[in-house]
Amino acid sequence: MSRLCAALPAGCNYAGGEAMSTSFDILIVGIGGQGTILASNILGVACLHEGRHVKGAETHGMAQRGGSVESHIRIGGEFGPLIPPGQADLLISFDLLEALRYSHYLKRDGTMVVNRHLVLPTSVYVQKLAAPTEEGIVSILSQFRLCLLDADRIAQEAGSPLSQNVVMLGAASRVMPLNPASLADAVRQLVPPKTVAINIRAFEMGRDAGGACSPQS
Amino acid sequence: MERHYLLGNEAIAHACLEAPVDFVSGYPGTPSSEVIDVLRSRPGRGYYVEWSVNEKVALENALAAAWCGLRALCTMKHVGLNVASDPLMTSAYTGVTGGLVIMSADDPFAHSSQNEQDSRCYAHFARVPCLDPSDVQEAHDMVRDAFALSEEFGLPVIFRPTTRICHSKGDVELGAVVQSTRTGVFKKDPRQYVVIPAHTRVLHKKLNEKQPAVKKRLTELGYNTCAIKGKKAVISGGIAASYVQELLPGGVSFMKIGAYPVDEAWLSGFVRKHDMVLVIEELAPEIEEQVLQVAGTVDVFGKKNGYVPYEGELSPQAVAIIMEKAGILPANPYPAACPVENLPLRPPILCAGCLHRAAFYAIKRVFKDAVYPSDIGCYTLGLQLGVVDTTICMGASVTVASGIAHAGETRDIICTVGDSTFLHTGIQGLLNAVYNGANITVVILDNRITAMTGHQPNPNTGVTACGIVSPPVSLDAICRACGVSFVETVDPYDITGMMNVLRDAQSRAGVKVIIAKQQCVISARRAGVKRGRYRVDDELCTGCGICVQFGCPAIEMENEKARINELCSGCRVCAQLCPPGAIMREGKR
Repeated sequence: MSRLCAALPAGCNYAGGEAMSTSFDILIVGIGGQGTILASNILGVACLHEGRHVKGAETHGMAQRGGSVESHIRIGGEFGPLIPPGQADLLISFDLLEALRYSHYLKRDGTMVVNRHLVLPTSVYVQKLAAPTEEGIVSILSQFRLCLLDADRIAQEAGSPLSQNVVMLGAASRVMPLNPASLADAVRQLVPPKTVAINIRAFEMGRDAGGACSPQS
Repeated sequence: MERHYLLGNEAIAHACLEAPVDFVSGYPGTPSSEVIDVLRSRPGRGYYVEWSVNEKVALENALAAAWCGLRALCTMKHVGLNVASDPLMTSAYTGVTGGLVIMSADDPFAHSSQNEQDSRCYAHFARVPCLDPSDVQEAHDMVRDAFALSEEFGLPVIFRPTTRICHSKGDVELGAVVQSTRTGVFKKDPRQYVVIPAHTRVLHKKLNEKQPAVKKRLTELGYNTCAIKGKKAVISGGIAASYVQELLPGGVSFMKIGAYPVDEAWLSGFVRKHDMVLVIEELAPEIEEQVLQVAGTVDVFGKKNGYVPYEGELSPQAVAIIMEKAGILPANPYPAACPVENLPLRPPILCAGCLHRAAFYAIKRVFKDAVYPSDIGCYTLGLQLGVVDTTICMGASVTVASGIAHAGETRDIICTVGDSTFLHTGIQGLLNAVYNGANITVVILDNRITAMTGHQPNPNTGVTACGIVSPPVSLDAICRACGVSFVETVDPYDITGMMNVLRDAQSRAGVKVIIAKQQCVISARRAGVKRGRYRVDDELCTGCGICVQFGCPAIEMENEKARINELCSGCRVCAQLCPPGAIMREGKR
């Protein structure tokens, strides 16, 4: 189904070496409608709480209609909003296939936090394409520092399946250069008032899950 | 001063409140739409705001407000400026008294557009100032200043953010919101506002005479800056400048262009202090052409000699490659990385329960061997269903259909156009088709809203931009007034009913209009419309796959049987397609 490419595409092989990044770069990916934009807003507001500069870029418009979406967040970013491939410190993916699609954005020693959830694109059914399997994708992703969690189940336990984006942030907070209290404050500020308790619970449960699978532990 | 984490378009909208703006008009278009969406939903606003029916209409309204001494903002996407170019070109002659800022949002890489044109060329063409921000903070500051700049020179100002400004985010320092005390008054001055030949010749000269002072002022404003560090230099503008700054090594000079027209003497003074200059900008070589004019013997690297692409958007890695090719080693070389190959794509698709999919299905069943001109909206995604043969610009479905018909094509011609697009520039084409006796069928895909750009209301919706009730226009009456005698309104969820009307239209000569009317499934959900979900009975399902071929994201195949997932909105179209009748409402047997 897929393989990590061995050769560099043309134009890709300029004098390299490890990049010297001044920002902590986070790429959040998923499918339009899964709540990537709220997740990126929470990160941005948490940066404001800590008095740090932050830049971001995201997918809007037609691309949102059930398509693959990406949010770039550069904590401490002073320049452009786009994270170059091979430069992300952290990849947060709400879907297994999207994690694979964007895996080349991750730094060699970066961390991937992935929801163990696979939505097959409608094109797979309509065009009868070979469908990637959950096990196949996980085995490729295992080459990275990977934190795999069932965010849908955790969100359900926290009180709402819609809180899966906050569960993912909670898990990823283990490897972010941000105080968890700033993130929790940003969650309180940005989620609908009626859902604050659920989302704070989702954040804490996600953080626990992230601790259990943290590559550092 | 407060810092906020904002989307570029939110920061731009806030800058309008600080100016403050008095009059806002525009037509939705990605990536510009959120500016008016923010301004129209602000409680207690002291300014007028409208969604206009198209960009020409929007600009003429805003221009009139500026003639009355108000500060006016007009927003659109880059291709909208084509529609508004007629008033634009002559508004530079008439000038303005109140500040007029035209936001024309460019879309390098055509993330959500039909082309990659560069609005800076329009500013050059019309001889009006153009501001091109390199980040969200600068976008905010430029808009805050643009109204005063427009008033100082009596010229409209084009503000040209790109997708990576409009839809990027950053921590932005905002100023205080100011309440306007201005009231518009039209001061008659025919020599200014009536462009008969005798007047316009004088106005043209005045416009040209303004240019030197404009260039000087734009440099003073601080949006064009430079720092000399060595014998090599990079000159950049817009978002590309931020990528260059991330990569610029020590000892290399840098010039950033944020405002046009550029003062030639200032530019020349910088360029001639170097041995080589690399110009990095997205799309048109606007800066590069000016640099070439003043370069003399200085080597210039850019688009003209193949170092920088004319197409697409730039990125940090693209800029790193360009710099290295031109002999400037980037300070921050990125490790090479390449994507995993052969993954199934996940393009945007029509929503589960979208009326367009149902209408396209019925069209394809009846008009099997036909030509399908279409238009711009969510329904352009009908390309995936094989029912979109042409798309060029807003309103060009009906005109392309009639042109193909008059060209002698013998197959049936059936075109599709959304309600908002029909009201934007589709009516003229329909009138023309009837007048000139074309033989075509027009299906108006009427979802009651401008959906693709984020559900902005239009004259068909029943409310204005500010939520004030405004009786929905009758599409049926418009079509009849254009001279169409066959106008039928159908519910596209009723596949059989729609197919019957399509067959009727197919059998008649002349222009036939079918209005396929059903609320957009997203606005229906927001309005609280609840239809029961549907399910597949495993025992009845034969696994024939006809429902899956319909292409609805709510239908999947699992172990050779169809399955309906939680995306189902209950449109019941698939239940009508299933040969063994295995699809039924949940809870029924």
